[in-house]
Amino acid sequence: MTPVPLEHSLLLAGTLFSLGLLGILVRRNILFVLMSIEVMMNAAALAFVSAGSRWAQPDGQIMFILILTLAAAEASVGLALLLQLHRRFKTLDTDAASEMKG
Amino acid sequence: MLNLLFLVFLSPLLGFLILSLGRGRISQNLAGVIGVGSIGISALVTLGCGIQLLTHPSADGAYTQLLWQWMQVGSFNPRFALRLDGLSLTMCGVITGVGFLIHLFASWYMRGDEGFTRFFSYMNLFVASMLFLVLGDNLLFLYFGWEGVGLCSYLLIGFWYQDPANGSAARKAFIVTRVGDTFMAIGLFLLFRELGTLDIQQAMATAPGHFEVGSKTVTAIAFLLLGGAVGKSAQLPLQTWLPDAMAGPTPVSALIHAATMVTAGVYLIARTRVLFELAPLALHWVGIVGAATLLLAGFTALVQTDIKRILAYSTMSQIGYMFLALGAGAWQAAIFHLMTHAFFKALLFLSAGAVILACHHEQDIFKMGGLRKKLPLPFWSFIVGGSALCAVPYLTAGFYSKDEILWQAFAGGHIDLFLAGLFGAFLTSIYTFRLIFTVFFGKEHSAAHSGHGISYTLPLAVLLLLSTFVGGMIHPPLSLVLPAGPGEGGGEMEHKIALLSGTVAILGIALAGLLFLGDRRFVKWLNNSALGEPLGRFFGAAFGFDWLYDKLFVRPFLWFVRVNASDYLDRGIMAAAGSLQSLNGELTKTQTGRIRWYAASVAAGAVLVIAVAALT
Repeated sequence: MTPVPLEHSLLLAGTLFSLGLLGILVRRNILFVLMSIEVMMNAAALAFVSAGSRWAQPDGQIMFILILTLAAAEASVGLALLLQLHRRFKTLDTDAASEMKG
Repeated sequence: MLNLLFLVFLSPLLGFLILSLGRGRISQNLAGVIGVGSIGISALVTLGCGIQLLTHPSADGAYTQLLWQWMQVGSFNPRFALRLDGLSLTMCGVITGVGFLIHLFASWYMRGDEGFTRFFSYMNLFVASMLFLVLGDNLLFLYFGWEGVGLCSYLLIGFWYQDPANGSAARKAFIVTRVGDTFMAIGLFLLFRELGTLDIQQAMATAPGHFEVGSKTVTAIAFLLLGGAVGKSAQLPLQTWLPDAMAGPTPVSALIHAATMVTAGVYLIARTRVLFELAPLALHWVGIVGAATLLLAGFTALVQTDIKRILAYSTMSQIGYMFLALGAGAWQAAIFHLMTHAFFKALLFLSAGAVILACHHEQDIFKMGGLRKKLPLPFWSFIVGGSALCAVPYLTAGFYSKDEILWQAFAGGHIDLFLAGLFGAFLTSIYTFRLIFTVFFGKEHSAAHSGHGISYTLPLAVLLLLSTFVGGMIHPPLSLVLPAGPGEGGGEMEHKIALLSGTVAILGIALAGLLFLGDRRFVKWLNNSALGEPLGRFFGAAFGFDWLYDKLFVRPFLWFVRVNASDYLDRGIMAAAGSLQSLNGELTKTQTGRIRWYAASVAAGAVLVIAVAALT
């Protein structure tokens, strides 16, 4: 089995990352924003894994585990924020919570 | 005992620290005990030191306590030393003794005021600074205390700061005395340049060898010091602040603006006597300033209606007597009058405070009347204090000192000063008994309630006793510090002068009785006559000095400030501030509060950084 070339996996990771970023920038629903963040994190993790396999180093997979943990923590905080947002503003629109502007 | 001398000023200073740090945490009773007690300790130490000094006198009759060297800059090395001699002992006795009684009275007068602790902390700081002023063995320390008492005077005049009028009175007092202080500072600089020291004893010892009599430099120094003294002691032409200073609580007026601080100018001139003797022209002007002030203040007091302002003008005129005495070379008589004046003027102010409180903060004497029965203690205090102020012969303390001043002015050949003083005594009798007859006799106008308690009666009783001939028997131990006056041991002529001044005083009282007892028809006619009405207004405005200074200094200064507010320099500074403000406005707009904007700017920033890193 020939390994997937690094360029391909990096291209995939870059595409996923851009899609995630685009999601954050255009979505106003905080649930979708959180999902987009997950996509971006996984894109970054994919880049680490593919780089690790290219140079046959374990570091890439270690980073993946770290990012997985981070994503879990982030999800819990993000969901807590979501709940609070819903309680305070009766909506999931992030732009509603713009009271500290200016 | 003498080595405890430092306690004299340390005790009020500690009192000040405790009261100001514990403000809001200590009860009113405790604050009163600390505030009054610290002055009590200092009075006891002064008493002990005084007894020791007088019973075991050293060769020069003085004791110097070197505490430490303050600093050393080249040849300038002021020592922090206290010097107790006859003059500073007299001053300390007055400050701590009369000061203690006034503090005691104040603990009655100020009871219930929300600023009680603050009041006593300022009062203690004042006493500490004043003791610093008189005990310092160095003109630098004298100046330090001089500024300290000025600060406390400012704080206490504006004590009830919620009323803007009190604040502006405090500022006026501070700024007007500052004019004098500037003169004094320049005088001290000149003195240091000439003699290379500010140590009083050293300077006074070397001055006669350094200066010729009447040389320009020493005359300039003496005049500059006189400027400082004139500002602090509210003499012509810097006298305008004292009547307004009556905005402070009455015990403050008694302590600062009658008994102690305003006499600091007299002390300064007596302390630097050698310089003034080397500059006869300046000394002559000291007398002229005193004579002019005592007449001006006398005429002004004739038509005032505020009980405290009358007393303020009488203070001004009595300090005029002290300056007159200094100018006539009657050094000891000046300090003697300073002491007796402290007794009877403190008595008058404290009983005025009692009257004001009894009449529910009424200060207009024509709204009082017939208070004789309701307020017996203030009434008798006013009779005795007022008689001492008028120098009623033989019975009162004021007679012994004022008569000595008049006699020595006469004996020294200063006939002009003598006549001014005599006429001033006549005016004093009229306005003092005008006040007493109006307030305590005649019809009752208002309900009054008398005070009671030991802190009310004791100070009045002690000061009342000291204002009689008992106070005149206390002779300050000045013979080793100040030279004898021109007419020492006068003989027959002295009795004639005493008889003359006594007659003048009693004539004045009789005239006041004729004018102000009964229904005052003549006074009313005089006030409405073509000549009397404008003259009364002129006197009432204190000869228009406030008006003149307003036109000469205040308005031009305000005009200049207004014009100067928008010159090129200010515009440049304001432009810098304005551009920062508009930048702030622009940057604020980027804080939209929308999370997508922030995410976009983070992403854009990251792209930018990576692009820069990749392309370079």
